[in-house]
Amino acid sequence: MIDTFTNTVLFTMLVLTALAIVRMERLFAVVMLSSVFSLLSALLFVTLDAVDVAFTEAAVGAGISTVLMLGTIALTKPAVKKSRHNAFVPLIVVCITGAALIYGTLDMPAFGSLDAPAQIHVGPDYLSRTPSDIDVPNVVTAILGSYRGFDTLGETAVVFTAGIGVLLLLSGLRRRRDDDGEDI
Amino acid sequence: MNKFFEFEFLAGHIHYLLFIVLMMTGLFIVVDKTNLVKKIIGLNIFQVSVFMFYVSIGKVTGGTAPIFPMDSNYHVDKDALQENLYSNPLPHVLILTAIVVGIATTSLGLALIVRIRESFNTIDEEEILEIEQKMTRDDNMKYDDISKGML
Repeated sequence: MIDTFTNTVLFTMLVLTALAIVRMERLFAVVMLSSVFSLLSALLFVTLDAVDVAFTEAAVGAGISTVLMLGTIALTKPAVKKSRHNAFVPLIVVCITGAALIYGTLDMPAFGSLDAPAQIHVGPDYLSRTPSDIDVPNVVTAILGSYRGFDTLGETAVVFTAGIGVLLLLSGLRRRRDDDGEDI
Repeated sequence: MNKFFEFEFLAGHIHYLLFIVLMMTGLFIVVDKTNLVKKIIGLNIFQVSVFMFYVSIGKVTGGTAPIFPMDSNYHVDKDALQENLYSNPLPHVLILTAIVVGIATTSLGLALIVRIRESFNTIDEEEILEIEQKMTRDDNMKYDDISKGML
């Protein structure tokens, strides 16, 4: 019961934050609100028993991405103004997509049910084998580092590629600006 | 069709509905707003909602986080293990990977925005479109003049 109550409160706050992001025009406020959104979602991850995901989301979503966005705002000095086009067509598109997705969830097993397909196949296998195979108390660590180690290796490759991409895009920024005679 | 209006069904599916509401808010920001930084933020909201949806599949009612109790020798306590019910750890692992990949793509997108600002001096989608149309028009007129001169 208390679970449902916390979930409902967190959901209400998440939805309110998201709507505030839609309405808000100043970019600095929007970035701060997206940081708040990440922290709230981290709280929701805790109630969903995903503590590792929660602290990754708090560190990455509320920390690093906020810093990156503030850096972008500082570099671009954007002036936000009202959009001229009508919001009617996007609203229709979003409603149709949402209705289709909700229709898709109708066949799903109920939230938290023990006999859902996800709960009877691979998951219990990892849970039962980790104590004897790896002897690490945190099963998420065991899967991340050992059973699915190659996934993590691939993830590192993706982060490396993205880092190189960012460096290539931004390197020479100061030089080009100096050439143009633009003040920073 | 009647089962969709029973309390039990609604209580089991209301979470999915709320995740989808959050997802659609993110999608609306991506489609409707013209500022590129705001589009990226909308994409992040969409992404986090999908993560929450995915992790919720692994949740077991009455379960706890998949971290085992330890005995005094810092090994997994196999006797105490049976007392608890654990949530499915596999969605957590997949979403951990997805979060890190998500921040990588976000940073790449933000870097692209900085480059766009350098070339166009704006990060508003509508203004960029106008500038591009003007550039194309100028190009067409220029090459039209040149081809006339050749004849």
